[in-house]
Amino acid sequence: MKKKIALEITIPNQTRYLGLIGKIGENMAKEFDVTVCDREILASQLNIVLTESIVNAIKHANATDPNKEVHVRINVNDCDLSIRVYDTGSGFDLNKIPNPSFDSGSLNEKGRGIYIIRSMMDSVEYRRTNGGNVLEMKKKLGQG
Amino acid sequence: MNLKTESNKGIVVVFVREERLDANNSEELKSELNHLFETGTKDVIVDLKEVRFIDSSGLGVLVSGFKNASTRQGTIKLSGLQTQVKSMFELTRLHRVFDIYATVDDALENR
Repeated sequence: MKKKIALEITIPNQTRYLGLIGKIGENMAKEFDVTVCDREILASQLNIVLTESIVNAIKHANATDPNKEVHVRINVNDCDLSIRVYDTGSGFDLNKIPNPSFDSGSLNEKGRGIYIIRSMMDSVEYRRTNGGNVLEMKKKLGQG
Repeated sequence: MNLKTESNKGIVVVFVREERLDANNSEELKSELNHLFETGTKDVIVDLKEVRFIDSSGLGVLVSGFKNASTRQGTIKLSGLQTQVKSMFELTRLHRVFDIYATVDDALENR
């Protein structure tokens, strides 16, 4: 039987909600039919990917403005997972974000978030949408 | 953020007593580490035994501590990494940067 799950979440533009959303991601992973990786690994990946993408929206796109909101849509259609994180900021060019330095002599404190998301998801896109931007992350959960 | 700091054989051990070390609380650990190094502490162990989840902000604060220690000829060691936390260090190759030990006692023995 095909499985379809759609979840829409809106949170204030504040980092205190990261734990809540991360836990939702972890719990959702338990409902998926996963064959591409261990379910526990997927659960932790969803926690991380949601955390990183929401922090990105809060701090960079929405410039830590507490009056703004972050919208998150999680869709599972059989074995296709997509996570969309919407912001209302001025946006950035995803392709201009370099990978972090791995050399201990030139380490940066920041700049690992997008690299981590890219490492865990099959595709990552950032584009303009009505009144803002969306970071869209996709992952295959199984064959089909 | 729930932090406990102890001095042991001249080394300061900072116990991070949180399930998550993320963008919401990691600045407090950064402040604590900055304070320790600025007030003359040379060698610090950060124990992450209770931390189940770390994000790039948490990793960044530890990198900041590493750089802070290096510029003052000090050291920062890590202990008690859970599986998920360890995998984040491996993904970002930071396991090659930090001296990582199973327990605080192991870190104290390897001075």
